[in-house]
Amino acid sequence: MVRGWRSFVLFSVLAFGYAFLYVPIFSLIVYSFNESRLVTVWAGFSTKWYGALLENDQILSAAWLSLKIAVMNATGAVILGTLAGLVLARFGRFRARTAFTTLITAPLVMPEVITGLSLLMLFVAMQNLIGWPEARGMTTITIAHLTFSMAYVTVVIQSRLSQMDVSIEEAALDLGARPAKVFFVITVPVIAPALVAGWLLAFTLSLDDLVIASFVSGPGASTLPMVVYSSVRLGVSPQINALATIIVCIVTVAIVVAGFIMHRQEKQRLNA
Amino acid sequence: MMPPPVPTRAPGPEGAVSPTFLGYIWRWLMGISFVARVRGLAMGTVSWGRALVTAVPFLWLFLFFGLPFLVVLKISFSQAVIAQPPYTPLLTWLDDGVMTLRLNFQNYILLAEDSLYWSAYLNSLRIAAIGTVACLVLGYPMAYAIAKAKPEWRVPLLMLIILPFWTSFLIRVYAWIGILKNNGLLNNFLIWLGVIDEPLPMMHTDFSVLVGIVYSYLPFMVLPLYATLSRMDESLLEAAADLGCRPGRAFLTITLPLSMPGVIAGSMLVFIPSVGEFVIPDLLGGPNTLMIGKVLWTEFFANKDWPVASAVAVATLLLLVVPIVRFQKAQEESAKKAEERV
Repeated sequence: MVRGWRSFVLFSVLAFGYAFLYVPIFSLIVYSFNESRLVTVWAGFSTKWYGALLENDQILSAAWLSLKIAVMNATGAVILGTLAGLVLARFGRFRARTAFTTLITAPLVMPEVITGLSLLMLFVAMQNLIGWPEARGMTTITIAHLTFSMAYVTVVIQSRLSQMDVSIEEAALDLGARPAKVFFVITVPVIAPALVAGWLLAFTLSLDDLVIASFVSGPGASTLPMVVYSSVRLGVSPQINALATIIVCIVTVAIVVAGFIMHRQEKQRLNA
Repeated sequence: MMPPPVPTRAPGPEGAVSPTFLGYIWRWLMGISFVARVRGLAMGTVSWGRALVTAVPFLWLFLFFGLPFLVVLKISFSQAVIAQPPYTPLLTWLDDGVMTLRLNFQNYILLAEDSLYWSAYLNSLRIAAIGTVACLVLGYPMAYAIAKAKPEWRVPLLMLIILPFWTSFLIRVYAWIGILKNNGLLNNFLIWLGVIDEPLPMMHTDFSVLVGIVYSYLPFMVLPLYATLSRMDESLLEAAADLGCRPGRAFLTITLPLSMPGVIAGSMLVFIPSVGEFVIPDLLGGPNTLMIGKVLWTEFFANKDWPVASAVAVATLLLLVVPIVRFQKAQEESAKKAEERV
């Protein structure tokens, strides 16, 4: 424990840091209820921007497209990420391990413009060579998102797998269970929280991505961030504030619920 | 004396080949590991299930992450034309069945000669470096305070660090426009306080870009720092205190060196993506804030010059190879440490 003036300094930095993180979000929420179109002048309480948002077909259809992509992406990323996590956490050293870890960690830090551009170039080259993908849109965006979000999921699942007690798996193997059965009956339930966390992470990464989607998308397929970006470029708009408020509410509720469920499961496990 | 082995052909022991990023991909391309694996399968020393579990994510990443870079490399050597696709092929068949390979270095010469690209590169590195240091200065005390907080406080405090990350990045950057612009919240607040009479021009400057970078990447700095700080052995500090070491000195000689893996991981997680950042300089920066991500975007979307955009991407990647390899090493070391602890 830290005491005296040091604890005061630490507390101040922490308070400043949290204020820095949250003041912008609160300012967005407050001004979404502003009567005036100007984001900086308060002209009375109003919910009219929410009404306008619900009538904005462009934003609604983009949100629907983004949700579809995000769900497909999250599911695929959990499957691929679990496989890759297993390889890294359980298979020990093998010849191509360094190449494998490079391919896993590089997408975590690769600037999005580079990932986006290179994937588009690949899709165009493939289209010329084998005629697939025929058009760019939902499929190409999903593939692109899968590629970078599976890397994040892999890290989450790998760390859970390496913390897990391997002796349960070994015991099952000794008793004659086949590796696939051990995985589904023992490993999956143990790492379930990591699977859920990975799914949610991949879901948000996909829902949030502007740059990569802009590169690999085609005409007619605009995701929510693409629509938000084009409206933000034209200047601040209270409808975007309303949208932000809705997203913040959904995320907060989801996280509180997830935290509550995990807390209760932890308690049950400790009691059992 | 044996001649030194040709790097790309000789399988050799692990680590015999220079460990560069492209080198790994190149080796894989040569099929060294693939051949070994197939041989193992045939001889029964490698199980099919294992091979499948490894192959699926590996092939996916190779196809959609490794291979695209080779395509970009190829296109960076071609010429822009008005066609579909808008670049010339490298390999062409002449009438008499001869294949010609035409490499066009014009795009790279353009990058080297035009000061626009140089200043964009240097400016990206500068802004990313300042942003990383600022993240470290703010993030280190935060991570330290959370690690030293009462155990029941740690999880909620960490959740509060992660929570903004789950809301839209684009919208959080957008929030700063309303705060930093001339008649924005911060200027109004400072005028109301009487600190300034005229609004400070904060938007569309390097300052606003830096605020955006620190704001967006702060969680990426705090989390790895917290991970190393919370794993630290407290008894070392107690021993130092028992031997009469003052807390400040104990921090400098024990805590700081032991937290270096977290410092490196956090700094790389902030620095590398910030170099190529597009959204932040585009929304918060001004016309003078040149950053390489924005240049690439403009070359691609506005100028429709795919070969030059590809050359910019290749040059940026070369710039980032060293930090990326360093980051990967740090990741592997921490993974190894975590395994040893179990």
